[in-house]
Amino acid sequence: MIPLGRLTLALILVFLYAPVVVMIVMAFNESDLYALPLQPSLKWFTALAGNEKLIDASRNSVLIAVITAVLGTAIGTLAALALARHAFRGRSVLQLLLLPPIAIPWLITGTAMLVFFYWTGIGRGLHAMILGHVALAIPYVVLVVGTGLQGLRSDLEEAAMSLGSTPVHAFFAITLPLLAPSLIAAALFAFAVSLDQFVVSYFLATPGVSTLPVEIYTSIRKGFTPEINAVSTLLLGASVMLFLVFAVLTRMGEADERR
Amino acid sequence: MADTATGATLPQPSRGGWRILALLAPAYGWLLLTVFLPLCAMLVFSFLKTTPFGSRQPLVFTFKNYLAFVDRPYLVNVAWTSLQLGLWTTGLCAALGLPAAIALARATRGRTRQVLFLLTILPFWTNGLVRVFSWTMLLREGGLLDQAVHLVWPGAGSLSLLYSFPAVVIGLVHAYLPYMILTCYLSVVGIEDGLIDAARSLGARTPAVFTTVILPLCLPGLVSGAILIFVPVIGAFMEPRILGGRIGVTMGTVIEDQFTSAYNWPLGAALSFTMLAAVLVIFAAFSGVLRKRLAVA
Repeated sequence: MIPLGRLTLALILVFLYAPVVVMIVMAFNESDLYALPLQPSLKWFTALAGNEKLIDASRNSVLIAVITAVLGTAIGTLAALALARHAFRGRSVLQLLLLPPIAIPWLITGTAMLVFFYWTGIGRGLHAMILGHVALAIPYVVLVVGTGLQGLRSDLEEAAMSLGSTPVHAFFAITLPLLAPSLIAAALFAFAVSLDQFVVSYFLATPGVSTLPVEIYTSIRKGFTPEINAVSTLLLGASVMLFLVFAVLTRMGEADERR
Repeated sequence: MADTATGATLPQPSRGGWRILALLAPAYGWLLLTVFLPLCAMLVFSFLKTTPFGSRQPLVFTFKNYLAFVDRPYLVNVAWTSLQLGLWTTGLCAALGLPAAIALARATRGRTRQVLFLLTILPFWTNGLVRVFSWTMLLREGGLLDQAVHLVWPGAGSLSLLYSFPAVVIGLVHAYLPYMILTCYLSVVGIEDGLIDAARSLGARTPAVFTTVILPLCLPGLVSGAILIFVPVIGAFMEPRILGGRIGVTMGTVIEDQFTSAYNWPLGAALSFTMLAAVLVIFAAFSGVLRKRLAVA
C-alpha cells in the first residue's frame, strides 16, 4: 500500500510538472517546430520585446492585479473584521454570500457581468475588468484575513482600550501590525487570482484592451507560436515567486508538523 | 471564536451596529454590483426574445430560450459530452488523488512532506491557460509525446492525441487534480494512527484497513473534491476549445459562442442558468457532507 502510494505520488508529480517543464525548455529552443535536440536560444524572448500587443496586455495584467490586490485587501479586510470579531444577526448568511463568486463557474459569473455591464452602460474594458477581479478576490481575502484574525488575541486590543486608547487607535496601533503577515498574504493571493484570471477578463476585454491570459488564448486559437512559450514562462516565474512568498508568510505546510 | 471577542469590541451596541454596517458595506456593495445584480440581470435577459443591441424597441419576453434542449436536439448531445467530461475527469482525479493524498499524509514526514505538499499545491497558482497550452505541444501530431514514442519504437505510428476526447480529459485532470489531492489530504491527515493500529491488531489486512477504516474516513474529502472538480469542469470552455478542437463542443463552448460570436445573449443566458441550476442541485445534494467538511477544515 505505502510503496504503491509513493509510486503514485511520484508519477503524479511527473504528470503535473512534465508539460510545464517542456514549455519552459521550448521557450529556450531555437526551433519553432519544437524539434529536438535542443538548440539553446533566447530568440523568442527577444521577439517578445518587439511584440507591442503582448507588452500592452502584460502591462494591463500587472496594473489590474496591483489595483485588485490593494482594493481587494482593503475592502475584504474590513469585512473580515466585522465577520470575525462581531456576532450579529445574519452573519452566517453574509458568510454564505461569499461563496457564489468562488463556487459559481466563472463562465457564468463572467457572462453575467458582461450582460449587466453592457445593460447599465458600465461597458467593457479596464475598469470593468477591475470591478470583476476585485469581486473574485474579496472572498479569498476575507478567508485569509479571517484566519489570521482567529490566531490573534483580542485581549491586547482590549488592554489598549482600557488604558485609554480609542477603538480606532487601538486598531491601528495593535491589531494592524500584528495582522500584517495575513494582510500581505491576502494581497499576494488577490494579486495572483487577478494575474491568472482568464475567463472573466475574456468576456470583459475589448479588442484594444486585454490582458496577458486573454492574448495568450487568442494567439493559441490563431496558431502555435513559440513566443507564447516565452511569455508563459515569464508569467509562470511570476506566479511561482508569489506562491513562495505566500507559502512562507502563511507557514503553509508547517501546521501539520506540530502534530 | 467570535463569541469570545464580541463583548469587548462592542462598547455601545447601537454605535457598534453602525460600525459593523460600515465595515461590511464596501465588500457586500461591491459583490452586489458585480455578482448578484449581474446574475439577476442575466436571469431577466434569459427571458428576452432578442438581444436588445442599441435598439429602442420594447423588450419582448419569452420562455423559448429555456426550451433550447427541445428545439435544438444537438444540445442534448453537447450536454452529454459535458457530463461525460465531468464524470471522467472527476473519476480519474479521485483514482489518482486519493492514493497520492494517502502517500503524502502517511508515508512522508518532516521537510520532505512539506516540500511535496507545496509541490502539489503550486499548480493552483500557475495560469491554467499556460498549462493547457503546454499540453498541446506534448499531444499534437509529431509532438513531443510522439517523438518520445518514436525514440523507443521507431516504427510506431502517430498517437495524434490532440483534438480528441482523451486530450481534453488529460488537460482537465491536469488542471483539477491538485484540488482532489488537497481535500483528500485534509481528510487523511485527520485519521489517527491509533485507529489503523487498532484495526491491524484485530487482524485486518491492508486491503481491509483501506476499505473499512481509511476509505470511509476519506469520504468527506473525496466528495468535496469531486464537487470542486465536477462543477467547473461542466462549465469549462477553454480546455475543450484548445485541446478538443472540433470534437470539443461542450456546454461551456456553446455558451461562449452565444456571447462572443453568435451574439444570441438571451439563449446564452438561459443555458448559463440551466447550468447554474444543475450546479445548485449538486451543491444542495451534498451540502450535508460539505458542511461537515468546512467544520473540520
